[in-house]
Amino acid sequence: MKKEVVFIDGVRTPFLRSQTDFKKFSAYDLGRFALTGLITRTKIGGADIGHIYFGNVIQDINTSNIAREISLAAGLPGHIPATTTSMACISSNIAISTAVNAISMGQINVSAVGGVEVMSDIPIRFRKKFRQKLLETQKYKKPTDWLKFFKGLRPSDLLPEIPSISEFSTGETMGESCDKMAAKYGATREEQDEFALRSHHLAAKAQEDGLFDDEIIPVSVKNGEHVVTSDNGIRGDSTLEKLSSLRPAFIKPHGTVTAGNASFLTDGASAGLLMEKEYALKNGYKPKAIIRSFTYVAKKPGDELLIGPALAVPIVLDEMNLTLKDIDVFEFHEAFAGQMVTVLKALDSDEFAKSRLNRDKKVGEIPLEKLNTRGGSLSIGHPFGATGTRLVTTAANRLRDEGGKYALIAACAAGGQGHAMIIESFND
Amino acid sequence: MKKDIFSIQKKDRVAIITLDTPGEKVNKLNENLMNEFTSFIDSFEKDDSLDGALLISGKDGNFIAGADIEMFKTRETAEELEQLSLDGHEILLRIENLKKPVVVGIHGSCMGGGTELALACHYRIVSDHSSTKIGLPEVKLGLLPGMGGTQRLPRLIGIQNALGYMLPGKNMYSYQAKKTGFADEVVHRHALVTAGIKAVKKLNSNHFKRTGRRSWKEKLLEGNPIGKKIIFSQARKRTLGETKGNYPAPLKIIESVRFGLKHGLKKGIQNEAKLFGELAVTPESRALVQLFFGMNDAKKNPMDDKKREVHRVAVLGAGLMGSGITEVTIDDGIRVWLKDQTIKNALKGAGDIKNNLDKQVSKRIISSFERDEKMGFIHPTTSYDPFDKIDLVIEAVFEDLNLKQSIVKEVEDASGEHTIFASNTSSLPISDIAAKAARPENIIGMHYFSPVQKMPLLEIIKTDKTVDWVIATAYDVGIRQGKTVIVVNDGPGFYTTRILAPFMNEALLLLEEGAAIEQLERVMKQFGFPVGPIALFDEVGIDVGAHVSEVLSDTFRSRGAKTSDKAAELVDAGYKGRKNKKGFYQYSDSKKKKEINQEIYDFFGGQNRKEFDDDTIRQRMSMMMINEAVLCLQEDILLSPSDGDLGAILGLGFPPFLGGPFRYIDKLGVAELNKILSKLQNDHGVRFKAADLLKEMESENKTFY
Repeated sequence: MKKEVVFIDGVRTPFLRSQTDFKKFSAYDLGRFALTGLITRTKIGGADIGHIYFGNVIQDINTSNIAREISLAAGLPGHIPATTTSMACISSNIAISTAVNAISMGQINVSAVGGVEVMSDIPIRFRKKFRQKLLETQKYKKPTDWLKFFKGLRPSDLLPEIPSISEFSTGETMGESCDKMAAKYGATREEQDEFALRSHHLAAKAQEDGLFDDEIIPVSVKNGEHVVTSDNGIRGDSTLEKLSSLRPAFIKPHGTVTAGNASFLTDGASAGLLMEKEYALKNGYKPKAIIRSFTYVAKKPGDELLIGPALAVPIVLDEMNLTLKDIDVFEFHEAFAGQMVTVLKALDSDEFAKSRLNRDKKVGEIPLEKLNTRGGSLSIGHPFGATGTRLVTTAANRLRDEGGKYALIAACAAGGQGHAMIIESFND
Repeated sequence: MKKDIFSIQKKDRVAIITLDTPGEKVNKLNENLMNEFTSFIDSFEKDDSLDGALLISGKDGNFIAGADIEMFKTRETAEELEQLSLDGHEILLRIENLKKPVVVGIHGSCMGGGTELALACHYRIVSDHSSTKIGLPEVKLGLLPGMGGTQRLPRLIGIQNALGYMLPGKNMYSYQAKKTGFADEVVHRHALVTAGIKAVKKLNSNHFKRTGRRSWKEKLLEGNPIGKKIIFSQARKRTLGETKGNYPAPLKIIESVRFGLKHGLKKGIQNEAKLFGELAVTPESRALVQLFFGMNDAKKNPMDDKKREVHRVAVLGAGLMGSGITEVTIDDGIRVWLKDQTIKNALKGAGDIKNNLDKQVSKRIISSFERDEKMGFIHPTTSYDPFDKIDLVIEAVFEDLNLKQSIVKEVEDASGEHTIFASNTSSLPISDIAAKAARPENIIGMHYFSPVQKMPLLEIIKTDKTVDWVIATAYDVGIRQGKTVIVVNDGPGFYTTRILAPFMNEALLLLEEGAAIEQLERVMKQFGFPVGPIALFDEVGIDVGAHVSEVLSDTFRSRGAKTSDKAAELVDAGYKGRKNKKGFYQYSDSKKKKEINQEIYDFFGGQNRKEFDDDTIRQRMSMMMINEAVLCLQEDILLSPSDGDLGAILGLGFPPFLGGPFRYIDKLGVAELNKILSKLQNDHGVRFKAADLLKEMESENKTFY
């Protein structure tokens, strides 16, 4: 019989714009801060953890299974296996659901999960030709062999290669894809700017009200000389005028996606604790939520690269026999305002339902007053590998604070993939 | 003779000797081991099937812990001890002169005689493990390395390097072993045997030539008689400056090195043995050896069966003390919740620890990953939420009774029956702190000394309500923190602060009478304290001193003792010592020598100071402390004289070579002591009245030990 899985608690480091206070850290550092912070909060004893799953997208070759290094550096016992999960922007979601599967199958009782991304420090490589030349030198025996090295090597081969955030299969950047998708679904520039503004204003209000204090683990920079306690990408003073004055960033001149209505490059890490329900209660833990349902979807990348949530949401609702009206808390990943507006439009469209979901009627309108009420990736930031655990943590905290029952979490990801999950508040 | 330490296995024509003393955690160099060595050499020389030998240890994390100090106990005279040294030399010389190579593979701690044995071998392989440390710590026992250490080490790694390790008795880690040239090779621990066998082959094929690792500067200076002369005279000068002539061992080490390099190894060894014998019977060495045994005893938990497991500790207050306690606690893999009022303070405390660990990383004592791992055991917080799972809370907050009582309540509300509350107060009686507690049986004092990372003592204070498992558990944590533990009964100032207070009081009274700070400092350092009493005042904090004298004033005034109010007066005028850079000394950011803050004399009768008799100062100061220690024993604050000696030496810097207040009295004689005290009482007042116990002991002709 499948066992029930509860979410005990989650934490995250502050999310900072890249190239700011966290720039000297590597992903390994932020990851261990998050995991140590999870122990600070939950007091989980290392011996109880059965497996660790951490999401990460841009791998540092030195810590390619970063989950393992993070786990060891947090002083957890060496016998706990650790896996790094990677699925673009839903890497941390797949970390959570992998843990949920392992627990519900009875393989383990406890799992620490999370994710991390440091966009300040991405691997910059030499070009392929130069890399091959360098590797060939290992076989060189005499000094004259080095003459071969320069044969056929052009100066341009020496230029470094900075990875771009683009689809490997289509060559399109994500911004371009989003811009096209928004155009296709008629998401206007005004709608996008308004959504972005809403995200910043809601996040600023939440920050001011101390609603993030429960999830943020402060991080010390320079051995305690400087302490970072809050996110730094939130623009509470932003206005529609300012946003509308920005030029399109990807498709010029008619595009609608700008730097102001897209999520920015972010450094940050998150961590969460999942347990088998009976085990948690027996050991005195107070779960915040119970994991009810989740799914993953995918479609061929193309002009609807980020539509995933619109495909995934009806699946989990149906599985739970729920409608949007039953949901109290919506936490959706905001990759771009254009993507959010598109997904909301698609869910609220009969035509989309018929042609794409094989349903008679639309899924419905998501009430904005329940959606991302503490801001989202547009304002808080989006460290690729860390966002998933942030979404679940915030959803669980909102359920508790707002007295709700069900929370719906959804996120899109590169590669045309998507994810949705329903959690229920835990009341014993 | 039973061959029980050596096990010998032949591999590729090499005898692999594994040292594994049965029934012991570590190998010690004693007569049995030496005898087994002799008989091995006898057969090894004749055995044509063997090309060489490799010596390794079968113990985990230990090669040889040094000579068995029990051997010194059974020998009384300098001649007997010299002979012991000569016997050792004889075997090591045989090894050194063997036609076939003997290689040593060192993993784990290798101390004293172990290092000297390694030096006599033909090739040294050292494991790169962090538990591997090599040292000649004999100086800490008032001895010199008496099995060739003063001869072979300078020949191998140079005079300055060798003195740098032998004079302070400091450890060499694998990185330095390679760098100095002590190690011919550094390998991972599992490669010792393979590397050892290869080394034997290499040595036999004459392909091995040792390349010195000394820099050209060292070689230049050490290679000529004038350079050597300079090195030795400077070493002597520095040593005298540090020891004030109280410790004969370092000077004899220098002398032994000098003599050996001048007259050759053979004479050098004879001379080393002679000096070893002389040192071993000095009262200084005897006292240090006794201290060593006392410390070893204090490392065993007398109630080990009653202790409970401690997984999580909380430290309240992330200041200097709090972060120090945290640092020594995480060292043994205990997670610490470091709580402070603000997260900034808590993270600053953690940052201070990271600074210290960074230093260890730069010295390659630990790796940067090991540093990160240690930091992972620190959990900075501002919340009591995690306290339901905490096994031991150690508070290191401001010394204020009301504050501490309210913290007891907060902790009790947030924690459970299993949670011990320990106060790191330096003076407030623990029963007062526990006065309003719901679970006073769980309350105990754990008094650490600053800087916690360096000071070896933990003074545990039990009240009449503290239950045994709480004491046993606190003791266990102290040992895990690497501390030498004494347990005392509760009272104002317990033991250490109680005997420090009258000592400091006397210093203030002397200043009031017109003494000069320089003289007080000089005389007491000459007596053997590591820092002078006035400098100590600044270090501890004048405000703390004032607080302590307030806590103890009833105790002293009830005996009619004269007390100085100057500390409180200075605090009112804004003097707190080093912490606010306003004290008896001047504090500037530049690193030059500390200067006395002349304006402080305005509180002590002006700039004109008078010269006191050195003896008077020494006696007034030391007798205050010593007599108070006896009173603590008389009043059952102290449970044994040995606790009293350990506490005074390890906590307050009482001269170690004197053995502590009680051993010092035994040496001086109670009658003599009482004579001094009664004279002091005559001249300076009733505060010098000898403890009743002393008078009793005189009449019954008793000693403390």
